Amino acid sequence: MKPSGGQTAPSIALRGAHLAFEGEPLFEDLALDLPAGEITCLLGPSGVGKSSLLRLIAGLAEGAGGRVEDGGGRSLTGRVAYMAQQDLLLPWLKVRDNLLLGPRLRGEAVTQALRDRAAGLLARVGLEGRSEALPRALSGGMRQRCALARTLMEERPVVLMDEPFSAVDAITRHELQDLAAGLLAARTVFLVTHDPAEALRLGHRIHVMAGRPARLDEALLPPGAPPRPLGDPACTGLLAELMARLSSAKRAVNRSGDQEAAE
Amino acid sequence: MRALRPLVILCGLVLLWQALVWLTAAPHYILPDPLRVGTALVERWPFLWGHALVTAAEIVLGLLLGTLLGCLTALTLIALPPARRWLMPMLVVSQAIPVFALAPVLVLWLGYGLASKVAMATLIIYFPVTAAFFDGLRRTETGWLDLARSLDARPARILWHLRVPAALPALGSGVRIASAVAPIGAVVGEWVGSSAGLGYLMLQSVGRGKTDLMFAALLLLAVFAVLLYELVDWSLKRAIYWQRETAVA
Repeated sequence: MKPSGGQTAPSIALRGAHLAFEGEPLFEDLALDLPAGEITCLLGPSGVGKSSLLRLIAGLAEGAGGRVEDGGGRSLTGRVAYMAQQDLLLPWLKVRDNLLLGPRLRGEAVTQALRDRAAGLLARVGLEGRSEALPRALSGGMRQRCALARTLMEERPVVLMDEPFSAVDAITRHELQDLAAGLLAARTVFLVTHDPAEALRLGHRIHVMAGRPARLDEALLPPGAPPRPLGDPACTGLLAELMARLSSAKRAVNRSGDQEAAE
Repeated sequence: MRALRPLVILCGLVLLWQALVWLTAAPHYILPDPLRVGTALVERWPFLWGHALVTAAEIVLGLLLGTLLGCLTALTLIALPPARRWLMPMLVVSQAIPVFALAPVLVLWLGYGLASKVAMATLIIYFPVTAAFFDGLRRTETGWLDLARSLDARPARILWHLRVPAALPALGSGVRIASAVAPIGAVVGEWVGSSAGLGYLMLQSVGRGKTDLMFAALLLLAVFAVLLYELVDWSLKRAIYWQRETAVA
């Protein structure tokens, strides 16, 4: 599968992932598969290590280890784009220059073709006419759309998103989910979220991460293609199941916390 | 009202001064009244202005040189971690020596002219600028650095396009402090040994009992210091146009 204009989206295999925090393993010997061109969502209680797992795949995790390869056993270097919870827009750069941050930081020439591409992406995320604005002139939702455009600017076939829509209001989040599902089609996406409804709207596969050391449960596979409409009866049933898995995960974390306190 | 406030404060201070003269009945060579100082200011204006230009040159040159050296040091400290281990202790020791205590040596080495005063002003502002900028460079938001790494950024580009602009608000604070203390360095330098400048003029005036001239020089120095600070503050606000947002965030 190919995202528009980019390289073929690979499947990703993570093996033997491990991370310890203050001597205690957060997760060890963890395995995760991200199918090519699909959105895999990861849910789990706070502090279970979801973001660390994502950062490990992104090559950003300090202290964590594991093997990250595509289906052909090759490294993912240069094929991964990363989007965080904060928009991370540089306040001194105009919207367009924020989109062109990648070429600028790599020392590549900013060609007219790149500028046109930035303008096209801004139009697709609904920010046409804003390219000369500074980030402070944008609302929270607009800033996040700008961050999404910056992520897509890189034309990378793998996109890792760490709670990208959690800092905006419910309506904006809903709009952003629709937008993201459209723009991320055919890319291999790993989306960490704390919102089960978001996972059900966007995910081809949904994992819940739980326990200490943490484990991944068997993936839940909602029917139909994302973005799924709100109130989809199949999703409503799955929401109940996801909530049950999440509350049992949360109880497990609390129990291990109590044990630590008792020790 | 807001525009009038400085004027009201100024009038209040002058009245307070005049009241103090009346109450203490001090002789004019101890505490001259505002009118006498004003007269000295007007009558000796060309003379005062000549000395003011000398002091202004010392302050401005010291400010530029100290800011430049401070920025270069901070950049070296951040770009070359091994240099940090050697430079940091030297920086701290250099600050442990009171700059005022160095003034006689500077005059001995650099002479009675401009150079020793510029060196004093440079020394006194070097540390606040270095410390502020270095601190700013070290505290780049980790999210930005993660983003840069995920974009396969080159280290030199991260420094120039990310860390330096992100540290400019911190550097701005350092430069504001510098612009407020630079006049101290220049005037102390003049007191220790000089043949021109407002500090020199003040010492000479007191020695000859011309206290009104001393106050006129002091007034001029104060006005210049305030104007310099306001100019630096205004320029920094323009140059670091995104700062208000960062301050709130």
